[in-house]
Amino acid sequence: MAIDPSKIKRYSHGSRVPGWDEAADLSKDPSVVPDPATTYVPDHVREAIETLMAKYPDVRSAAIPAMFIVQREHGWLSPTAMEQAACVLRLTPAYMVSVASFYDMFELTPKGKHDVYVCTNISCSLLGADGVYARMKDEMEGDPDFNVRAFECLGACDIAPMASVDGVYVGPLTEDDCAQIKADIKEGREVLPDKQLAKRKAASKHWNR
Amino acid sequence: MPANIDTILFKDIDEPGLNTREVYERRGGYEMLRKALKMEPSAVLDEMLASGVRGRGGAGFAMGRKMSFIPKGTMDKYLVCNADESEPGTFKDRELMQKNPHLLIEGIIIGAYCIGASKSFIFIRGEYDYVADILDAAVAEARAAGYLGENILGSDHTIDLVVHRGAGAYICGEETALLDSLEGKRGNPRLKPPFPAVQGLYQGPTLINNVETLMNVPVILNMGGAEYAKIGTETSTGTKMISISGQIKYPGNYEIELGMKTRDILFDLGGGPLEGRTFKAWFPGGSSSPVMPLTEEVLEMPYDFDSIAKAGSMLGSGAIIVFDDSTSIVDVCYKTAHFYRHESCGKCSPCREGCNWTEKMLVRIKNGDATPMDLDIIESVCNQIMGNCLCVLGDAMAMPVSSMIKHFRPEFEAYIEAKREEAGFGVAIPQTNRGAHAGPGPLLQPAQAA
Repeated sequence: MAIDPSKIKRYSHGSRVPGWDEAADLSKDPSVVPDPATTYVPDHVREAIETLMAKYPDVRSAAIPAMFIVQREHGWLSPTAMEQAACVLRLTPAYMVSVASFYDMFELTPKGKHDVYVCTNISCSLLGADGVYARMKDEMEGDPDFNVRAFECLGACDIAPMASVDGVYVGPLTEDDCAQIKADIKEGREVLPDKQLAKRKAASKHWNR
Repeated sequence: MPANIDTILFKDIDEPGLNTREVYERRGGYEMLRKALKMEPSAVLDEMLASGVRGRGGAGFAMGRKMSFIPKGTMDKYLVCNADESEPGTFKDRELMQKNPHLLIEGIIIGAYCIGASKSFIFIRGEYDYVADILDAAVAEARAAGYLGENILGSDHTIDLVVHRGAGAYICGEETALLDSLEGKRGNPRLKPPFPAVQGLYQGPTLINNVETLMNVPVILNMGGAEYAKIGTETSTGTKMISISGQIKYPGNYEIELGMKTRDILFDLGGGPLEGRTFKAWFPGGSSSPVMPLTEEVLEMPYDFDSIAKAGSMLGSGAIIVFDDSTSIVDVCYKTAHFYRHESCGKCSPCREGCNWTEKMLVRIKNGDATPMDLDIIESVCNQIMGNCLCVLGDAMAMPVSSMIKHFRPEFEAYIEAKREEAGFGVAIPQTNRGAHAGPGPLLQPAQAA
């Protein structure tokens, strides 16, 4: 979702407050683990995170998978989402944000529901990915349902230029496919069924030689 | 198409249902695990050493030797499978895991048994969500069948396996950054030594191997290490998955015997350049390997670890990216630098600042705002990154960028001059000074030049 730059709050020294401008209470001590008595956590979220915590020798390891869970629940890593994850993990929200800000797949600002990642790395751009990305942005710009991003190599250079649409890899794309992708998502259909990577055979078979 | 491709890991890879335990077992799956459990761990290790198999992730370090560095004893040891395949151009592990997850699981269990680890992890990149789901299902099947968990197959060994999804950071493919990320921190590389084999995950000895390497473990046990070593060349044994991509007719994953001729790879497997074009250059092993122009000499070179190293590049992860004469080298260079600038974790200054400067200078070149002297500055920045950081991410930018400038300097210079013309700046260096790099004359303002 596009954000109006003039509405982004900044500290006095000029750094922006990442995604926490509206709801975060900056007067609160960042080193406080949220109090389970006063923090509401939905039962299924708590259960999912606790299952994760049991898998690892150290609960911190569950921080990244737990953030995926709350991100799915809330749509983005909102302050509430972080507080819920932190509450179950017994970590501070500040720690969670410090980790989340490192990784590309965590969104600290509100985003559209459907992720469309267009690969614009070397192999894809050699075959016209920049054009596909521009077209995709034109197509979906301003629609709050979509989160279009240029992504670094998604590991599917055999179908370059490609995109990951809600985790489904499709390619090779032409610029005209962008409208089709949008329509498929809007109507809840499978995205470009003929171009899905999961259905492709090994290269020596695929090319039929 | 050559006959000896797709012989081991990729054999019958498209068999329907190969990702289920039933089909995998029907094809002889998990037999090698039973065999390994009857052997001493040291005997399994001996087979790995005899096979001479080298790591398939990029560094090419002998797997058996890496395993032998893990201390003996009863401390908590870990095995981590590195499935954070983020190197541009590499996509072999994705297809292997998607189509044959049980082979990987079997390899991990045998590896864990060999080093005495009771806990193992697959660190898969978050973007491969659908592959991770397949792995999750396969792990659940293996657990239900008693291959994972306590006292596997009635022995006294306990091995557990967790599929851990990353969250999108190239640097997490670096082994120590991967460990930090797995511990729930930002993915920053650690100082080495101590190496992970001594002090890794949760401070315990840790073996980290690539997906393809671990998938070779049951294969080696089946064939016998000495027999496996006969495949390929003397120092690069076995088969290798190569990922061909870029401006080529038939991109995709192929399994070749190491030592195959480059010409056969690019023309027989890859099908040669696109209609009406000619090859210009290639990355022999992912975007972090130095670029080589595709001359006759290079086409005759055997594709194995040592021959490529001797020619001044590296085999890396076996990801071949080819580009042809329609592509400007400056664009490739910019894309490479941009990627590493974005993915630098920011821990060491040479990489954090150097990648940034390099990208900025390339933007300047693209904007017509540069002089050929900038190429020298880029080279000197690259030289100062190399070998000065905790990990090799900075080197991974410096090597391809400086190699591109080295091999294609005239093209860069022509590009710079052309872009200066376009932007309305004058000629950067008078023709008499060209090559001497005495520095640019006084810069003309666009208005003056017009």
